Amino acid sequence: MTQQDALINYCLRLGDTSLILGQRMAEWTSNGPTLEEDIALTNISLDLFGQARTFLTYAGEVEGKGRTEDDFAYHRNEREFYNTLLSERPNGHFGDTIARNFLHAAFLYHLYSALTKSKDDKIAALASKSLKEVTYHLRHSSEWIVRLGDGTVESHQKIQDSINDLWMFTGDLFVMNEVDELLIKEGIAANLNEIKKLWDNTVNEVLQRATLKRPIDGFMQKGRLEGRHAECLGHLLAEMQFLPRAYPDATW
Amino acid sequence: MEDAKKLEEFQAKIDAEIKIEPKDWMPEDYRKHLQRQISQHAHSEVIGMQPEGNWISRAPSLRAKVVLLAKIQDEAGHGQYLYSAAETLGKSRDEYIEELQSEKAKYSSIFNYPTLTWADMGAVGWLVDGAAIVNQVSLQRTSYGPYARAMVRICKEESFHQRQGYEIIAHMAQGTPEQKAMAQDALNRFWWPSIMMFGPHDSDSPNTGNATLWKIKRETNDELRQKFIDKTVGQAEIIGLTIPDPDLKWNEARGHYDFGKMDWDEFWNVVKGNGPCNKQRLEHHKKAHKEGKWVREAALTYAQKQKEKQMVA
Repeated sequence: MTQQDALINYCLRLGDTSLILGQRMAEWTSNGPTLEEDIALTNISLDLFGQARTFLTYAGEVEGKGRTEDDFAYHRNEREFYNTLLSERPNGHFGDTIARNFLHAAFLYHLYSALTKSKDDKIAALASKSLKEVTYHLRHSSEWIVRLGDGTVESHQKIQDSINDLWMFTGDLFVMNEVDELLIKEGIAANLNEIKKLWDNTVNEVLQRATLKRPIDGFMQKGRLEGRHAECLGHLLAEMQFLPRAYPDATW
Repeated sequence: MEDAKKLEEFQAKIDAEIKIEPKDWMPEDYRKHLQRQISQHAHSEVIGMQPEGNWISRAPSLRAKVVLLAKIQDEAGHGQYLYSAAETLGKSRDEYIEELQSEKAKYSSIFNYPTLTWADMGAVGWLVDGAAIVNQVSLQRTSYGPYARAMVRICKEESFHQRQGYEIIAHMAQGTPEQKAMAQDALNRFWWPSIMMFGPHDSDSPNTGNATLWKIKRETNDELRQKFIDKTVGQAEIIGLTIPDPDLKWNEARGHYDFGKMDWDEFWNVVKGNGPCNKQRLEHHKKAHKEGKWVREAALTYAQKQKEKQMVA
């Protein structure tokens, strides 16, 4: 594997994760528990699509074959997506969405913080722009974790169940392969073992404030690095990619 | 006697173009008219999120997706300012929402039509927002201060939306034969409902009497409709689309376009609940509201607990 191949893959991981989570968050439009929350959830979605576009565009630049953000988003199949397994989890109820966003935002927050020091200038610049947004996403979801955890008996139970159900997808966030190894050596990528420690601290601190229990680490799902996903991703892509696939000659 | 004097002062203010503010005295009918009109406007913004929301997941490019998403988010924001303006008249947002869900309050009938293809995202922006702007520009001069100010803010964003919609449909009209057919079909379906958004003919619109006297409404339905048609015909011609009205032609003497007869039977049927999506739109709103109940309760309970903790400390 060349450094170029590794960098393309690394950009796709970041871009795909934001894209798929953004697509999930957009599903909240007109479905929020209040108008204010509807706006907050779509704001997060807009930030994520913005991140996806910049990382996918950069993947195309590194590859140098003229592929655009839309080529990557609309013309790849399920097994060619490298988003985290957590990002594709269906929205479920508001608590499920908040739990997924929280576990994810805590990961991206520490990852982007580390990547601001990347030796690849473009990655560092994109990470520092994304970090501002993800800082807000982490605050938004943490505040809701605490509100729901320390709210009513019903909300406490619901958000605890949501965390428990999503826990088995958190292991996938931190798995590394030869791409990471190569890029870490070059000072471009972040070491996910380090990120995991920081993530643990953030998650523990917020769960404690929310009077919630951290689930015990059981068997963890894995697959992001090989493009091996849950069934739900295929449906998400089928819907998202429909127009450009149905009308390959059209521009929009 | 007291009221007659107050009414006279109220009318004098209106005639002098002084805005009426929330704490000012106002006739009960003026208050009721505005409560109905502003809340209906707010509900329209909120329900209007659904037909466009229908295409976010399927937007054909990432750029198109974020533009659409930002637009729908603006609409949610417009709903917020309008509910706030309506709340200054002494009713809470919850009460207004209850009226919407129990069908005591209406929203714009146009949102009871489905969005069937991506070209509809163009048609909705171009025609529906285009018609809304004509009305809203006029409402920037409405006599109730909070409503007029909300309109100024909303108009700025709506004119972006209208241009974005036009950009979508113009691009498709110049695209592949299939895209062009979709664009024409969207215009065919949305044209008549859009021009009926201005409401019945002035001769059939008995409620405008006081609304005009009180300067809530500054121009009549027919005047606004004519303005919209006059500015839209040329826009269709430039992109090679045909407005589905064989009677549409320029009238030199009037200095306006003449146009064909609108189907008021269909209009009133959709208003009364028989449109293709009336039930779906309202059910969607109720479902989201119901599913959010435990969340709103949790937030309230949490806030209450925090308050109690602070009081103890």
